[in-house]
Parts: sequence; structure tokens; C-alpha cells
Amino acid sequence: MMLSVRDLTVSIGPETAPIDIVSGVSFDIGKGEILGLVGESGCGKSMTSLAVMGLLPQPGPRIRGGRIDLVGADVTQLQPWQRVEAGHGRIAMIFQEPMTSLNPVRRIGDQIAEAVRVHDGVSGAAAQARAHELLDLVRIPDAALQLAAYPHQLSGGQRQRIMIAIALACRPQVLIADEPTTALDVTIQIQILGLLRDLCNRLDMSILFITHDMGVIAQLADRVAVMYGGRIVETADVGALFNEPRHHYTRGLMDCMPARNLGARRLPTIAGQAPRPGAIRTGCVFAPRCAAVQDLCLVAAPPRIVLSEGHEALCAFPLQGERPS
Amino acid sequence: MWSYALKRAGATAVTLWAASVIIFAFIHVIPGDPIYVLLGDTATPDQIDRLRHELGLDQPIVVQYLQWAGHALTGDLGRSIFFQAPVASVIADGAETSILLATMTMVWVVLIGVPIGTIAAVRHGTWLDQGLSGAAMFFASVPTFWVGLYLILIFAATLGWLPSSGYPSIFEGGLGNLRYLLLPSLTLAAPNAALILRLTRASMLDVAREDYVRTARAKGIRPWQVVRRHILRNALLTVVSAFGFTFAALMSEAVVTETVFALPGIGRLVVQSILRRDYPVIQGIILVIVVIYLIINLLVDLAYRLLDPRVELQ
Repeated sequence: MMLSVRDLTVSIGPETAPIDIVSGVSFDIGKGEILGLVGESGCGKSMTSLAVMGLLPQPGPRIRGGRIDLVGADVTQLQPWQRVEAGHGRIAMIFQEPMTSLNPVRRIGDQIAEAVRVHDGVSGAAAQARAHELLDLVRIPDAALQLAAYPHQLSGGQRQRIMIAIALACRPQVLIADEPTTALDVTIQIQILGLLRDLCNRLDMSILFITHDMGVIAQLADRVAVMYGGRIVETADVGALFNEPRHHYTRGLMDCMPARNLGARRLPTIAGQAPRPGAIRTGCVFAPRCAAVQDLCLVAAPPRIVLSEGHEALCAFPLQGERPS
Repeated sequence: MWSYALKRAGATAVTLWAASVIIFAFIHVIPGDPIYVLLGDTATPDQIDRLRHELGLDQPIVVQYLQWAGHALTGDLGRSIFFQAPVASVIADGAETSILLATMTMVWVVLIGVPIGTIAAVRHGTWLDQGLSGAAMFFASVPTFWVGLYLILIFAATLGWLPSSGYPSIFEGGLGNLRYLLLPSLTLAAPNAALILRLTRASMLDVAREDYVRTARAKGIRPWQVVRRHILRNALLTVVSAFGFTFAALMSEAVVTETVFALPGIGRLVVQSILRRDYPVIQGIILVIVVIYLIINLLVDLAYRLLDPRVELQ
């Protein structure tokens, strides 16, 4: 496994009364695999990705339990620079906001070269040459010119390509992409997704792709983990998930997809709203919104049921493999 | 860069012109006639008319302004009524003390404010930060003369390490005479360094939350490098623009400090000239202060451009 996360729990609040914003999250990503982590705003998917990257804001949320293994090495409590020192730095991340993710007062070339210096141990002309190479790799035309540019001279799509180039400078075996296309125009979105897919194949890189968009998941991911209320409620191969969702929440998400409701006057929604962290302490987190809720769901934590090879759901009464309409 | 510098310089010239009009008008609305101040109560109407003509005060006010402004451009600021000497040379006598005092003060402000503010920000929330921020709050709050008097009490009166007053020129006594300005400059620096310290700290904490700082950390560079290369430079954008108004504050505080330490500077000169009703000197000093203030702000603008590449487009 390139990345293996086991029972990851991230908490906020005082040590004595912690509130879990991510609880007991586990997943694996194999070599060259793209895992889509999907869920609504506030479900804990960004916190999960920041925890995996070692970038949780300080002071703030902390990893209270679980373990993160990067290519077999435990990196749970290490920040990126500590991982580099320990020789386990081959993980990188791109973010949702390309407009604010680059330092406005430094040249593009310097910002890429900075990462090259850390990870390749070269500097000066060699680092700039590598930066040039990386811009070619992310298909930025006129690379030599762009190296001398400042972020404000580039468009959002170009900046996200620069962010990808910075990430690639870390020679990552695992790339975390936290909603990298949400802030971009639809046409640019498609280009960036195509680029990521292509890089994943060419560099044999694994990707943890975080999004709230089921359409993007369908295009890009090999496997999917659906997150709700800080937990992963269903994991499956992308085909199995779309054809046979087993968790009621996953099914609800599918039913809301515009592509499945062509011609409808109103899009269906899942009634109610996502729980605040710590609001639900007993039973299933999804129970208050679940159409098929039973008495048991309100009192007992749902079991993790293995439905088939690689397909799991966190539900006491999973759907029986019906195809969504 | 050069077109930007030229544009800023042009704007500065316009501001200077506006300021000169205000200073000139200001002197003319002050009650009283300089002729009576010069000749006294016993003057005959004949004498009054003659002097008024000699001084050009019978001319239309626009002509008077143009004459005054024209002379000011050539460095002639008129004659002091009290010293019976050119205003320019009266000001020049006080300039050495004031320029050295201001320079030393700004050096302290930068050397104390920025590094200690950085340390407080990096260690924010710890006892070190609380102590430094508390001390800064204290020095920003107490009056300048109080700090000055205590420094005199400790370092001059009790320990006897440094002189408590006066300033013999370095051109006569050598650079060693700068020790006379040590306590005054520290006094003057205290409230301003405290403000810069707090501003540096607050600005760095703001910048530390920016997305690009997270990007920098994600690259795997060491925390201190993240501070130096990414947080500090962006935080200094705010701090640099504060140097402009720090200088303005310096002007008014210098008046008090030069009085406490009996320094022969422009600050003390302006107070004495007001008491003596020496209008040409007051007018001249205000004009010189405006010019210096504008130059400082021009330099701040240019420094800002060097630090922030986005400015050129705006």
C-alpha cells in the first residue's frame, strides 16, 4: 500500500472533552490508484486530508488516535518537514483555492525551485531547470517566461497547474488533491482533471482526490470512500458504488445528481442537514436523515458490513443491491 | 519601476504645492499685523506705509504668495524677526541635531520593533509573547517625557554612564558625541518601536493563516524558513507603510524630547519661535517638515513597490 490510514480520529476542543470531527476513518490507496473521498461540506473530508498531510492548523484540531502509514512508514504525528528529514517526504498536496495558495510577492520559478531544493537537494540553475521541466510536465506554455512571472499575472487554471508543478517537485508517490477544481470554470476543470489522470498514469502516482461532486468522482476515481459526519460510511470500486450503492446516504447522493434527473422540475434532496460535530453521540450519525431508519439505528452504533470484496458499508440495514433509477 | 517612481514623485509635488498654499494662508489668517509687531505702537502712518511697501505687503495676496513660494524654491525662506538672520540658516543650525536624532530613532524602531515583533509572533500564546506584548503595550502607553526622565534618572543621574542633556556637534567633538543622543533617541523610539512591534506581530499572525503559508509548509521546508521567506516579507508590507506615520508621530514627540534633554534641535526651535511670535521661522519649519514628510512617504511608496510586485498594476 502507498498510503494506509487506520482508525484516524481528529478532535477539537479540550483534552478532557474532545469533539471528534473525524472519527475512526480507515482507507488504503494502492500504487497508481485514485481514491475519491466524497461528502458534503463539513463532513470532515478536508480535515482528513490535512491530517494525512501533517498540515492540521496549529493550534487547533489534533490527531487523537489512529495511524497514518506512507509507503510502510509511520508518519502520523510528523509535519511535512519532519517527514522530509526522516526520508518519508514523498507526499504532496494541492488545494481548493489556486488564487490564494501561491505567495503573491515571490516569482513562480522561486516558489517551485524552493520545493525542488528540499526534495532534490539541488539549488540555483539546476533547481530552475527542474522547475522549467515541471512547467512543461503540467503543460504550461512559455515555461521560461512564466518562471519569472508573479502569481497575479496568471489565471486561476494556470495557478492550479503551478500548484500541481510545486506538488510534483516533491516527487510524490501520493498526491492529495483537496477539491482542486471547485474554484475553476467548468472547461478548465475538465482540463485539470485530465491532467491529473494523465500524470497519475505517467508517474505511477497514487491520488487521494477530495470532492463533493459525484460527477467528478465518476470521471476520475478508481475507488470511492463516501464520508458523512466524520465517518466513512461506504467504500467501493467506482463501478460498484454507482451501480449498487448500499448505504442509504450514498443512494441519496446519487438520487440528487442532476445527470440522473434530466427533465425533472425539481432536484431531489436529502431532507434535513448534516449534523454539527459532536451533536450525535449514540447510534448512527445518518439516522436522523435516513429514510429507512429503524429503532436500532438510534441507539446502537452501526456495524461495518463487508458486502463483497472491497465493498463495505457502515449500516445495520444496507440496501440490497438495487440499481438507482 | 521608473514610470511608477515618476508618477509618485509628481503626486508628491502636487501635495507639496497644496501644503504651501495652506501654510501661507494659515499665516495670513492669524490675527495681528506683522507691521505693528515690527514697529510697535508709536509708528506714524507714513512709516507704516513705507515698511508695508518695502516688505511687499501692499501687493495683492496672490502676488505675495508667488513671491514667497518663488523665494522658497530658491532656498530663501525669509528673515527671522528674533534672530535677525535668514530663516534657512536658523533652521540649518538645528537640523544636525534633529536629523541625527531622527535617524538614530528610526534605527532603534526598526532594530527593536521588527525582530522582537517577529519573535513574539513565532512564539505567540507563550509567556514570552505575553511578556513582550505587555512591555510593548506599556511603552506605547506611557508619555514620552516620563520615559525620558526615567532614562535620565537611571543612566545619567544614578549610573553616570551617559550625559543627560545638551548636544555638542559631532563636527567639533567627533562621532563620540553621538552618546549625547543615545538616551533621547531611545526615549523617542520607545513608543514607536512598541507600535511597530505590535504591528509586526499582528501582521505576521494574520499572514500565518494565509493559504500560501500552508502551501509553503506542504513543500516540506523548515518552519523557520517558512517564517523568513513567506510570512515575514508579506507581513512587512503592512509594517513598511506604517513607517510613514511613525515619522509623523516622531515630529511631534521630538518637540517634547528635545525639551526634556535640552537639545538644540528643530523641535525646540519651533516651540521657542511660537513663544517669540517669530512667524517666518514657524512658517519655514512647517514647510521643511512637510517636505521631509513627503519625501519619507515617497520612499515608503517606492519600498512598497519593491516588496510587492502587484502594486504596479493598480
